[in-house]
This record gives sequence, C-alpha cells and structure tokens, in this order.
Amino acid sequence: MIETFIEIGLFAMLVFTAFAIVKTDRLFAVVMLSGVFSLLSALLFVALDAVDVAFTEAAVGAGISTVLMLGTIALTSRTEKKSSISSPLPFIVVLITGAALVYGTIDMPNFGDPMAPAQQHLAPEFLQGSLEDVEIANVVTTILASYRGYDTLGETAVVFTAGIGVLLLLSGLGRRRKDEDEEDA
Amino acid sequence: MEQLIDWAFIVGHVNYWLFIVLMMTGLYVVVARGNLVKKIVGLNIFQVSVFMLYISIGKITGGTAPIFPVDLTGHIEPDPSIVYSNPLPHVLILTAIVVGIATTSLGLALIVRIREAYDTIEEEDILKIEREMTAEDNKEYGAAMGGRA
Repeated sequence: MIETFIEIGLFAMLVFTAFAIVKTDRLFAVVMLSGVFSLLSALLFVALDAVDVAFTEAAVGAGISTVLMLGTIALTSRTEKKSSISSPLPFIVVLITGAALVYGTIDMPNFGDPMAPAQQHLAPEFLQGSLEDVEIANVVTTILASYRGYDTLGETAVVFTAGIGVLLLLSGLGRRRKDEDEEDA
Repeated sequence: MEQLIDWAFIVGHVNYWLFIVLMMTGLYVVVARGNLVKKIVGLNIFQVSVFMLYISIGKITGGTAPIFPVDLTGHIEPDPSIVYSNPLPHVLILTAIVVGIATTSLGLALIVRIREAYDTIEEEDILKIEREMTAEDNKEYGAAMGGRA
C-alpha cells in the first residue's frame, strides 16, 4: 500500500517537472529540470526494484547528460525564442498518438501480476542459471555480462561510433572560430 | 449486476497511462518547440518514459530487486521464499540508457555545429535562412540550370 503512495507521489512530481519543461523558455532552467526529471525517474526505478537501472540513470541521465547539455547551451544560446506561429496541430498529433497507446495498454496484464507472460519465460531460467552456473549474486550482472554479453558488445560499438561522430563534428571548432575572427578583422 | 467501473483493471493499468502522459509530454516538446536543445530534452523525457514502462513490466507485486542474499564469506545463500522481479528488462534498459546518452551527445554536437553554420539554434530561423539561400541560388544560377532549383 505504502509503495503505491510513493509511486503516485513520484509520478505527480515527474508530471509537474515535464510540464514545467514545456513551459520554461530559459534553457538553463530547462536543462536543470531535465536533471531533476532523471533523478526522480531514478527514484521510481528503485521503487520498481530496478536498483542497477536507478544508479545508471542517476549517473548518466542526471549527471553526464546534464553536463553535456550545459556545455551545449554555453556554446550556443541561453534562451528559447518564442515561436511566432502557434498551431494546434502538434497537440492534436500528441492526443491521437496518446489515445492509440492507451488503447494498446488495454490488452496488457495488470501491473505487478506474477502470472504475466513476461514473467513466465527466460526470467526463471536466468535466476536459476545465475545461482547454479554463473554463481553471481546479482542476476542483472549475470545477464548483462554472460547471457546477453553480445548486447553489451553492441552497446560498446554504438558508444564508440557516437564518440567518433562527436569528435569529427566538434574537431577544429576553435580553429574555425579563430579564422572567422581574422576574416572579420 | 456487472460493476460499471472495473477498479482492479484501472489500478492495474493506471501506471501505464501515466507513463503515456509523460511520453506524450516529451513528444509534444519535440514536435511543438523550435529550439533544438529543448527538442533534445523532450526526446530525453520520451526516452526515460519508455524505460519506466519497460521496467514496470518486469515488476512483480511483493517482489524485490533480483540480487541473491550472500553470507559473510560471499557465498550465495538462496532463500526460496523471496520473490524476485524480472531482471531481463533491467538489463535491456541498462543498455538502452547508455546508447541513449551516446545519441544525445551526438545530437548536441550537431546542435553546436548548426549554431556555427547558421548562428542560431531556432528551427524557424534556420528554415528562413535556408529559404533565403535557395532564393539567392535561384537568382544566380536558376537560368543557367534551366529553371528554379
């Protein structure tokens, strides 16, 4: 019972934060609110028994991505320009998409149902395997490094590619700026 | 008489609907707002909502985090009475979070590059500059290319 109240409270704060992000036009505040959103979601992950996900989200979502975004607004601009056209179209699109998704949830099993199809396959085998074959106490570690190790390898490839992409995009930024200044002078 | 409102159904599904509300808030920011940094923040909100949906699918009522109890020497002491939540969504989402930050950083780097080229990060202004550039090109090369570009 108390867990439900905690979850509802966290949800209320998440929704408030998300709406505040929509309304705010100072980008510094937006970035800080997105950090708050990540930390709140990390708390929700703890309430949902996903402790490993919670601290990854707190470190990566609230930590690194906030720093990266702050760096970006330092290099670009601090405020959002108010849009001159306000069209109802985005709201209608969002409403229709949301309605379609809610329709999709009708067939889903109840929240926390131990008999749900998602709990019947693989998960019991992984729990047993972690105990008998791999002998690691944390089952998430077992699956991440052993049963689904190829996922982690693929993830490394993606991060490597993104790193190269960022380097290629940003390399020579200072040099080009200096050239421009000299041209202006 | 059948109940008009199925409370068990609503309580069992309301969290999915709340995730969808958050998801749609993120989507709205991406679609309706012109500032590129804000679009990335909206994309992040959307992404985290999807993560929460996945994690909630793995939750079992009365369950706990999928970590076995160990004794002082580090040996696992299994206790069959403990119910564990499904660890598989946790692993998938761990991967997704890291891939998410990789794509976010790439997007932010693109924004810095766009600002360098156009001197603005507002979608409207960028489109205006693009249109002006096209019009200029048409004036200069249009006739030689046999019509408008």
